[in-house]
Amino acid sequence: MDTFIPAEYEVVRNSELCIACRVCERQCSNGVHAYDKDLGKMTADSTKCVNCHRCVCLCPTHALKIVKSDDTYKLNANWSNQTMNEIYRQANSGGVLLSSMGNPNDYPIYFNNILVNASQVTNPPIDPLREPMETTVYLGKKDVEIKRDIQGRLIDNLPPQLKLTTPIMFSAMSYGSISYNAHESLARAAEELGIFYNTGEGGLHKDFYKYGKNTIVQVASGRFGVHEEYLQAAAAIEIKMGQGAKPGIGGHLPGSKISEDVSRTRMIPQGVDAISPAPHHDIYSIEDLRQLIYSIKEATAYKKPVIVKVAAVHNVAAIASGIARSGADIIAIDGFRGGTGAAPTRIRDNVGIPIELALAQVDERLRQEGIRDSVSVVVAGSIHSSADVVKAIALGADACYIGTAALLALGCHLCRSCHTGKCNWGIATQRPDLVKRLNPDIGYKRLVNLVTAWSHEIQEMMGGMGINSIEALKGNRLMLRGVGLNETELKILGIHHAGESM
Amino acid sequence: MILNVDKDTHFSALNSQVRNTSDNNVTINGCMGQRYIATGSSDKLITINGTPGNALGAYLNGSVVVVNGNAQDATGDTMNGGEIIIHGSAGDATGYAMRGGKIYISGNTGYRAGIHMKAYKELRPVIVVGGRAGSFLGEYQAGGIIVVLGQNKDGLPIINNFCGTGMHGGVMYLRCDKLPHAIPGQVRTEDVYGEDCPELVAIIDDYCRYFPEFDRDKLIKANFKKLTPNSDNPYKQLYTDN
Repeated sequence: MDTFIPAEYEVVRNSELCIACRVCERQCSNGVHAYDKDLGKMTADSTKCVNCHRCVCLCPTHALKIVKSDDTYKLNANWSNQTMNEIYRQANSGGVLLSSMGNPNDYPIYFNNILVNASQVTNPPIDPLREPMETTVYLGKKDVEIKRDIQGRLIDNLPPQLKLTTPIMFSAMSYGSISYNAHESLARAAEELGIFYNTGEGGLHKDFYKYGKNTIVQVASGRFGVHEEYLQAAAAIEIKMGQGAKPGIGGHLPGSKISEDVSRTRMIPQGVDAISPAPHHDIYSIEDLRQLIYSIKEATAYKKPVIVKVAAVHNVAAIASGIARSGADIIAIDGFRGGTGAAPTRIRDNVGIPIELALAQVDERLRQEGIRDSVSVVVAGSIHSSADVVKAIALGADACYIGTAALLALGCHLCRSCHTGKCNWGIATQRPDLVKRLNPDIGYKRLVNLVTAWSHEIQEMMGGMGINSIEALKGNRLMLRGVGLNETELKILGIHHAGESM
Repeated sequence: MILNVDKDTHFSALNSQVRNTSDNNVTINGCMGQRYIATGSSDKLITINGTPGNALGAYLNGSVVVVNGNAQDATGDTMNGGEIIIHGSAGDATGYAMRGGKIYISGNTGYRAGIHMKAYKELRPVIVVGGRAGSFLGEYQAGGIIVVLGQNKDGLPIINNFCGTGMHGGVMYLRCDKLPHAIPGQVRTEDVYGEDCPELVAIIDDYCRYFPEFDRDKLIKANFKKLTPNSDNPYKQLYTDN
């Protein structure tokens, strides 16, 4: 017999405002709302509610709100309601707990304990409204020796670079985990912004080949949709070794989510599970990784940068050093807060390390070894704002990937139910009736708005520091100070405490 | 085009010549471990005399590669179409994640052959091994056909440990009377007689066209173990929404 689990959130309807138009009922894929003919009014089953706020946003009379239920077990500082419910769920089903989006638990957010410097008196701040402010970055290897021909002209021997107008890209999210319309929005926004979006490991839809020059394609252990044209279509190729939300484990897209279109894009049969093994079974060492990198470079005639993406784990600095020496052009590091379309709860919530610490250590290690210019570093895993981008760059990153923030711009309300495939916002679903709720014409503009706004803020913050180029901010840790951090944390981050001068 | 190479030839120099030539017929003589030959190639016949290095024919997309010698590791990684014919043995991780085309090997193959081999519509990849295969053959197999003929004379078993772990599609035919190792519970084993399986006979007929030294009748008039995923006992973990 299943233990009943009370609703975590309660749907509250103001009966004076409700006109029983049944919009909420039509909008809810979870079947929370219903119209009771006998009573002549709307009812709600809060136990089915995931708190995605779709009904709240679309209610024409603003008659709805969702509140945290005050129903509780006997209060216990040791056994929380959530922990108890998880045990009931597992005792009911025998299943592995499955969650989505990033780790929501109360771990430190180091970005919030870092403050940025500004110029006063002795070195003037710069006003980005009247002076040029360079946010363009180039990602790729920059360690080549400068060579000149007999006439003294520079020989262009620079390996391929990705040019970004602003140090922000959209993280890898596969078609399958998110919808066609979400992908179209990301691709068009990347094109308009002069940045890049990332296909994730689900292949590249035929319709989106035209955005190739703003597309990063992924090669993961399952190699879904990877073929010659796919590699040729992209601006860069990312080898996915790991993901912040689930380091050390593979992926599993259930057959039920492999629609005809997803099947065509992944090049696997419809309705059959898509399993990405945890490791690449041909990669057991840095030498093996080098082999995959060079097979991709050979297949693309050395014209495209190769990115290697890893999750931030305990010895990430040594791993990054190996990757930098393996021939990769760019390293992407995904922190433990990174999002996912589905991951076992225990992995998502307990594995990996914060991106701020991982980044600081990777940058430090690569500098110590004199190979920082052999590779660019891109970081991900809960970049919440332009301030986080600025702090990440000052800690040593070349650019940031944003995933969750991009989905929020598309309408996501972080209900963390992506794995159910019933996303009411048309993002993390393949159901045609839900997918069409996300209009890519609007979605892409919202993404453009977000990144444009962040870029302006980055320029303002840089100007305040008296810095007029992202390059001059990169790894400039003197621009950062910690607050409320202990000595070990400050040492790992390589920054002084607020109040300490140079 | 004939390319004569030696141990000092760097793979990138060799491969750029192979990639950039308009001649559809390329012969490489004296190959000494140069890696990544024929990567992503789609319209050539490439004959290699000697020993090509790792990742031969990765992402191969239609070209035919003939190796007169042994191949090393990761042959045909993520191959989409074409043929790789090896008159010798192949190393580890042969045909990793291949989706189309065929890899025919007269000798043995090493560990991890055919891992995550898949199929899609008309793309149905085939690996045929004349001798034996190492451990982890066909792990995570999601589609396609793996045939191991077991003609090796060294007395070693036709397969080794962990054959078919995680298999969720496709089929393997192993030419033997008895499996030398236990097969995971998620794989179904069936006894078949070679000649009774039209799909297998067609593959062996095709294989013997490339290797006339093998006796087609002897190969098909034999017992095979046919391995397919066991849908009664799937690999799926049960998940519960949290």
